[in-house]
Amino acid sequence: MTIEKNLNGTELNVKVVGRLDTTTAPELEGAVMGSLAGVEKLVLDFSELEYLSSAGLRVLLQAQKTMNKQGEMIIKNVNETVSEIFEVTGFADILTIE
Amino acid sequence: MKELNIAATVENIATVTDFVNEQLEALDCPMKVQMQIDIAIDELFGNIAQYAYNPETGDATVRVEVIEEPLSVVITFIDNGVPYDPLAKADPDTTLSADEREIGGLGIYMVKKSMDDITYEYKDGQNILKIKKNLS
Repeated sequence: MTIEKNLNGTELNVKVVGRLDTTTAPELEGAVMGSLAGVEKLVLDFSELEYLSSAGLRVLLQAQKTMNKQGEMIIKNVNETVSEIFEVTGFADILTIE
Repeated sequence: MKELNIAATVENIATVTDFVNEQLEALDCPMKVQMQIDIAIDELFGNIAQYAYNPETGDATVRVEVIEEPLSVVITFIDNGVPYDPLAKADPDTTLSADEREIGGLGIYMVKKSMDDITYEYKDGQNILKIKKNLS
């Protein structure tokens, strides 16, 4: 997995490439959770995310809870596999997916 | 049938995934099904790696069997760690808001939903967890 981060004023864009699983989720957690101070809009680009497991969902939930307090979080460009995971787990209802 | 005996560590999830994928590719497994199986490996082998022998370490066995008509695979995860039946846990409430949500149980729930069958038994000091997925 690779992570591309881009901070634009108070908007943080994060692109996740590869797989978000037990091995890689801690990397995303480190990259995102430590960078949210002053961020009002967090945009996660999943166009090149292959799939995610519950370890990935854990990080998304953590980020969503933080952003609920200080702004908004948007997830964009999810593929079919990722979209189904969000549906099955009920995450489709708590995340903002564009 | 193919079998891999390997140290149950988080680092080895990738090795197990490669081992299984190699056999799925030989069966022309659809990419979507392969990804569902890869996620199941991450959840199940990941659980063994993190909890079965904690704080010690130990080995696990991953077995792949192919069944014809309908074409399906059965993947068995075996460890000698603490007895743990992941199926005994209640399904998580998937209707709660983000702030009320907890992540526990979500992994095994995803596996239950994406596989065609999942069984657990504890026998001769071993946790034996089997998942079955139709490929056709």
